[in-house]
Amino acid sequence: MHRLTLAQLAEGLRQRQFSSEELTKHYLDRIKKLDQHYNSYITVTEESALQQARQADKRLAEGGAPLLCGIPIAHKDIFCTEGVRTSCGSRMLDNFISPYNATVVENLINDGAVMLGKTNMDEFAMGSSNETSYYGPVKNPWDTNCVPGGSSGGSAAAVAAMLAVATTATDTGGSIRQPAALCGVSGLKPTYGRVSRWGMIAFASSLDQAGPIARSAEDLAIMLNSMASFDPKDSTSIDRAVPDYHTHLSTSVKGLRIGVPEEYFGEGLNPATATVIQQALKELESMGASLVNIRLPHTPLAVPAYYVIAPAECSANLSRFDGVRYGHRCDNPTDLEDLYKRSRGEGFGDEVKRRILVGTYALSAGYYDAYYRKAQQVRRLIKQDFMEAFESVDVIMGPTSPSPAFAFGAKGDDPVAMYLEDIFTIATNLAGLPGLSIPAGLVDNKPVGLQMIGNYFDEALLLNAAHQFQLQTDWHQRHPSSLEEEA
Amino acid sequence: MQWETVIGLEVHVQLATKSKIFSGASTAFGATANTQACAIDLALPGTLPVVNAEAIRMATSFGLAINAEIGKKSVFERKNYFYPDLPKGYQVTQLAEPIVGAGHIDIHLNGETKRLRIHHAHLEEDAGKSLHEDFHGMTGIDLNRAGTPLIEIVSEPDMRSAEEAVAYLKKIHSIITYLGISDGDMSQGSMRCDANVSVRPKGQAELGTRTELKNINSFRFVEKAIHTEVERQIDILEDGGKIVQETRLYDAEKNETRSMRSKEVANDYRYFPEPDLLPVILDEAFIDQVRKQLPELPEAKCQRFIEQYQLSDYDANILTANRALADYFENVSTHCKDAKLAANWVMGELSAALNKNDTAIEHSPVSDRQLGELILRIKDNTISGKIAKQVFDALWQGQGEVDQIIKEQGLEQVSDSGAIEAMVDKVIASNPQQVENYRNAPAEKRGKMLGFFVGQIMKISQGKANPQQVNELLLKKL
Amino acid sequence: MTISRHDVEQIAHLARLAINEETLNETTRSLGDVLNLVNQLQNADTDGVEPMAHPMDAVQRLREDVVTEHNQQEQLLKNAPLTEQGLFLVPRVVD
Repeated sequence: MHRLTLAQLAEGLRQRQFSSEELTKHYLDRIKKLDQHYNSYITVTEESALQQARQADKRLAEGGAPLLCGIPIAHKDIFCTEGVRTSCGSRMLDNFISPYNATVVENLINDGAVMLGKTNMDEFAMGSSNETSYYGPVKNPWDTNCVPGGSSGGSAAAVAAMLAVATTATDTGGSIRQPAALCGVSGLKPTYGRVSRWGMIAFASSLDQAGPIARSAEDLAIMLNSMASFDPKDSTSIDRAVPDYHTHLSTSVKGLRIGVPEEYFGEGLNPATATVIQQALKELESMGASLVNIRLPHTPLAVPAYYVIAPAECSANLSRFDGVRYGHRCDNPTDLEDLYKRSRGEGFGDEVKRRILVGTYALSAGYYDAYYRKAQQVRRLIKQDFMEAFESVDVIMGPTSPSPAFAFGAKGDDPVAMYLEDIFTIATNLAGLPGLSIPAGLVDNKPVGLQMIGNYFDEALLLNAAHQFQLQTDWHQRHPSSLEEEA
Repeated sequence: MQWETVIGLEVHVQLATKSKIFSGASTAFGATANTQACAIDLALPGTLPVVNAEAIRMATSFGLAINAEIGKKSVFERKNYFYPDLPKGYQVTQLAEPIVGAGHIDIHLNGETKRLRIHHAHLEEDAGKSLHEDFHGMTGIDLNRAGTPLIEIVSEPDMRSAEEAVAYLKKIHSIITYLGISDGDMSQGSMRCDANVSVRPKGQAELGTRTELKNINSFRFVEKAIHTEVERQIDILEDGGKIVQETRLYDAEKNETRSMRSKEVANDYRYFPEPDLLPVILDEAFIDQVRKQLPELPEAKCQRFIEQYQLSDYDANILTANRALADYFENVSTHCKDAKLAANWVMGELSAALNKNDTAIEHSPVSDRQLGELILRIKDNTISGKIAKQVFDALWQGQGEVDQIIKEQGLEQVSDSGAIEAMVDKVIASNPQQVENYRNAPAEKRGKMLGFFVGQIMKISQGKANPQQVNELLLKKL
Repeated sequence: MTISRHDVEQIAHLARLAINEETLNETTRSLGDVLNLVNQLQNADTDGVEPMAHPMDAVQRLREDVVTEHNQQEQLLKNAPLTEQGLFLVPRVVD
């Protein structure tokens, strides 16, 4: 059962080949048996999952249930889930039981999806390797000595290890696409404002966007149909009808103009990865798309701009974790300042503290113009690059990350090396554009992701192109050899 | 040396919206701790703000009332600092692009009108409250107030005396209550005032070093606190000392200001645009609509009262300082069709009773309709002015309606000439000596002496005899 | 722009983060590296470019002034480390 895609499971449930309860049990058993190798879950909600599955079975029996009804999924532990620990991968929230549901969670509940649990992640979504999680790193199912990417490493690894058919995730600078690439699965970061941020613990408010990770573009479309909505509770949510992403998948890519940015194939890109991507582009060309060389000249400034804006926003967003109303509180504070400093000092890990400090510095008196204002100006230049490109192309493609999964500790004490891991994904967050990563090949038996970037609200086009590619290739159907044997 | 005082005020006004500026929790005052603080107000992880339309409308109406430019685009920013009553660790406020730009108001003091400039006014959220009662040596935090909408009105340093500062504050109070955007109740913190005070040698252009007086919570204290601080500063300067720029707290009991333990070594608020909110864009049509809905403002009402009711400048100013008082007066006046009497009663008997009982006009036990009826009974001679005061007291104590009180307590004026004649005869008969004195007195002294007989008759009639008839009959019989 | 140990201590205070003496040097070094990275921004020609705070040029939506949230004190205080009589307790605050 776990080899089936979401679309196939939905069909199986309708054909009564299995019940949601059986399916859910099967996945729970797999998690029990296998997740010790991957650490992709922080919390498994067995009891409520089975309860939800039985309810879904009733709903399926009545007929007319949504496609997601009875499908076992998992949520990144950044989404608030009522009555369930929502840790954000941090000691700070190790004891936090959310009293409410995120809109994304609510949407999936309404469609009858079954929540298996909460997936592991870099602490407060700050990281590209999942090494910053308070709950220990997630291991890449393709090579357990390697990182799964981050910050949604648990969500990507769970799908890759077939411990959930699909997962929710978030992407602030590449946190959906990069782990999806490194774990050989499909992941989509929608347009900023397409999916509600209500109940999604904020890292950098103007960059954060939720999206799905799944086995195929078709599965992403089904997930996005449920996750995307206009939400009056989120001021940055966009009041725009959500198209049915599923119906747009079958269009041919004939005539599709693919922009290939020179800057995404330069220094820093692993040559073997480059070859895989070039081959994927040739495949699309053979399917009738045309390749157009484009320039995105401000690309080198994306990482520097991001590492001002994201830390600045996070430095304020994380001020609420002060040990007063919820979260970690130090023992026996001597005074208020001690309460704040020790609770936060103990509750946050090193990378989170580093980013808070960078952001505090960038916003402090005398540095605002040189850092924050300048970064916001560069942000506009980056958006303008994209807007100019989209005048002559429909979609932009390139690598998702510079190289395949790297070993644990490889970038351990060098934050800057880690930050450059997101060099190809960060610009789309700054611009708020949708981006997607799908498996496009293997290097040293480790997956490589092809990134597709679309114009605002062009998720349907991205999913369509990705689906067409997946009809012609089988990279998305490959599994880590350890799991092939296990099967 | 001659010193000149320079004052600028920062006034925080709580807006009378039903719900908070960024959440759907109630803003009602006085609820049990943390029962009106929702997930957003407690800054739970994942929560997000959405701006209350009514707060925007109210701020806009204030801007229009002070003749300010309305910010077509206003931007919320985060002001970062840690304090337990500030759940997010930042206050959402406005800085570079506030909703209300530069404006002005006029104050009237000692027969002169002075224009005071307002630098800007911006929207922001209120903080919660720290309760310092002893919880085992700890402080309790109540976040009910957190997120209540405020406008902060920042004046230019245009005031030159404590009296001007009070007049400015009263004018702001009257504008916000006229607009109905706040109850302006300083005792409940609906309106709070910080004063920036400095002194300089008269004639010097450069401003002296200022101190900030925090949270002065009544008109009276504003005046006293500024006086006290000005004296303190002058004493220091005259002794050759220097003023330290600092925040000071006014202690009303000791009538002194004292330095607050410096709140933060170096305040670095790290303002930046609030990424959870988008710019608020107001178009001309919206601003016009708010403008059309503006009520008559104090200045205009005062002019109208002078013209329409022939009131003196002084009376009109007093009656229009407070919208509720002005409305009350107009209702009384309309009811009894005598503006002069209405003004006298409202500013006299009624205001005295309100003051004495520390009651706001809105809660007056005597309604405008009742006072109007009372005046009508004076005018139609049912009761005398003196008896009317007795009826007023009965109304105040809730003893019923005007006519009912007059009837039940038998206060109706006696105008039956037979009855009055009997009383006159009785008084003349029982005071032969006074009658003789009167009759022997020269005409110019008689007027005063007549008062004795009138008094006696009023005593017998318990004040109810029609004074005019009594006078006439006495003159005839004596 | 380089960052000193003293700068780090100051911003750690602003951010209310306890940083222990032993890791202060390491923190200072890694912050310096990050600042070197972001200093590349200084080379960008941004004359006349309007800063961009949000990816979209969207406008704030306004919420109707209606009370939608009612007393949830019990539920919302469940996660609080220390409360009494419905209040959050903190070490004594001196004004």
